[in-house]
Amino acid sequence: MHTPEVVVIGGGPAGMAAALGAWDEGARDILIIEREESLGGILNQCIHNGFGLHRFKEELTGPEYAERYSTRVRELGIAFWTETMVIDMSPDRVLTAVNANGVHQLTPRAVVLAMGCRERARGALAIPGSRPAGVMTAGTAQKFVNLDGYLPGKSIVILGSGGIGLIMARRMRIEGAEVKAVVELMPYSGGLKRNIVQCLDDFDIPLLLSHTVTRIAGENRVESVTIARVDAQRRPVPGTEQEIACDALFLSVGLLPENELSREAGIALSPVTGGAFVGESFQTSLVGVFACGNALHVHDLVDYVSAESDVAGRNAARHAAGQSFPLDGIPIATEGGVRYCVPSCVNPARVGREVTLRFRVGDVYRNKRVSVYLDDERVHTAVKRILTPGEMETVTLPGGVFAARPEASRLLVTIEEKA
Amino acid sequence: MTKTLTCINCPLGCTLEVTTDQAGTIVSVSGNQCIRGVAYATMELTNPTRVLTTTVRIEGADIAMVPIKTAAAVPKGLVMAIAASLKDTVLRAPVARGMVVTHDACGTGVDVVVTRTVPAKAPAGENPPDDGMRHSGLVPRSTTKR
Repeated sequence: MHTPEVVVIGGGPAGMAAALGAWDEGARDILIIEREESLGGILNQCIHNGFGLHRFKEELTGPEYAERYSTRVRELGIAFWTETMVIDMSPDRVLTAVNANGVHQLTPRAVVLAMGCRERARGALAIPGSRPAGVMTAGTAQKFVNLDGYLPGKSIVILGSGGIGLIMARRMRIEGAEVKAVVELMPYSGGLKRNIVQCLDDFDIPLLLSHTVTRIAGENRVESVTIARVDAQRRPVPGTEQEIACDALFLSVGLLPENELSREAGIALSPVTGGAFVGESFQTSLVGVFACGNALHVHDLVDYVSAESDVAGRNAARHAAGQSFPLDGIPIATEGGVRYCVPSCVNPARVGREVTLRFRVGDVYRNKRVSVYLDDERVHTAVKRILTPGEMETVTLPGGVFAARPEASRLLVTIEEKA
Repeated sequence: MTKTLTCINCPLGCTLEVTTDQAGTIVSVSGNQCIRGVAYATMELTNPTRVLTTTVRIEGADIAMVPIKTAAAVPKGLVMAIAASLKDTVLRAPVARGMVVTHDACGTGVDVVVTRTVPAKAPAGENPPDDGMRHSGLVPRSTTKR
């Protein structure tokens, strides 16, 4: 049986950064297991630019960002198996992987979960109508166009204004298709302003807020969709329906961390993020198993995935070398519109120089304060002109905050009035 | 003349009202909450530019398409023309990131470059050069094409 020090499940941006983090921390027997044919994950199909502004101070495309990492993985000789699927992880950390060579059992000293996320599909939306070809997630369409070279439609409606939906609106236009509308259930878009301007406005593609698709029509192929305005309760308003002829409907309606393996292994998962509960060291509730990237919680910037995964990988290497990172210490609570926080607890003894809290809000807030309390004492506060569900927030607390308050038993992240 | 823009510098996304005189010179910018809004409005009205990213076919590789981009931002009005000019381009593997596909695309002075390194397809019966299996101690297998 092969027993590497660290096995990283997933060779996307999170997995590669974790493996490199483990290497930098001294681990040498590292194995990345990747389901697809090559390293890079979703970045391989994200051919647009805008990646790496934080990490590299320049604007890279997805493939270029991925190559920065995959090149280093190769140069260091870090092992990676492609076209290999981990099908099981037991509670005692035995991994079962399958590829063309057969079934492999691995018993690494540490595991990093970096499986990324999946898109919410039609089944999760309950749209009435027939089931013709031409209904697919925006990411599937992106793969068809950018990797396989197929145009999956010539006249498109997009439901949901998440990042991939906006990017695909522009992509389809550049490839010569017509994009009839982007339809968004919420009264605001979860997408970045930059994408709304450069992907929709630049091409005169209408963004219909507070609208949804109420019917899909077509026999073998999508022939039209019906859209309608929704009320404050997000229910379609009768009489506002309009039918739009199209041959494809792309869905960009949310991302879900992929955690079947974690669930099988009995790892505690957050009902809010869909990812594992982790401490400040990114260890999950299962000893020796760490999580990072979109498998942990959905990110909007790959730069933050890389930063987080580097820490997770380093700690996996430290665990393999004998250190332990139990999920203990001060629990982190959230209030006032903050939906969750990663990590979910902090052990001050392991914080070191600083700890980064990453969280999202549930609504749009203007001119509010983001504050962090340790017991009843405010240890961080910052005025934010805007907070939106589409933008992950980060707060970095210096280690000294905890050192000065050794008795503290509760950390709270909250949104408050500005005054 | 008044034009409405959405500033893209931050998540606030200020709606900018930009007024120009008959010569097209900007007279005033309002609606911005910081100084960056003015610079953005000036750029968008006088010389809006974008980076084009797209794909072209590649032969002799394990993948069908290779991603490309304009090496710098080009005038917004030329984006579709540059995309159209690349429609029938077919590259031959191997290609390296940064390799020039087209010099001086549509007279912009900007090159179109490859953004993904793609090795040549390995001969049948050999592992592709990229295959991590070489580290695994596992038996090599023949190359499969998806």
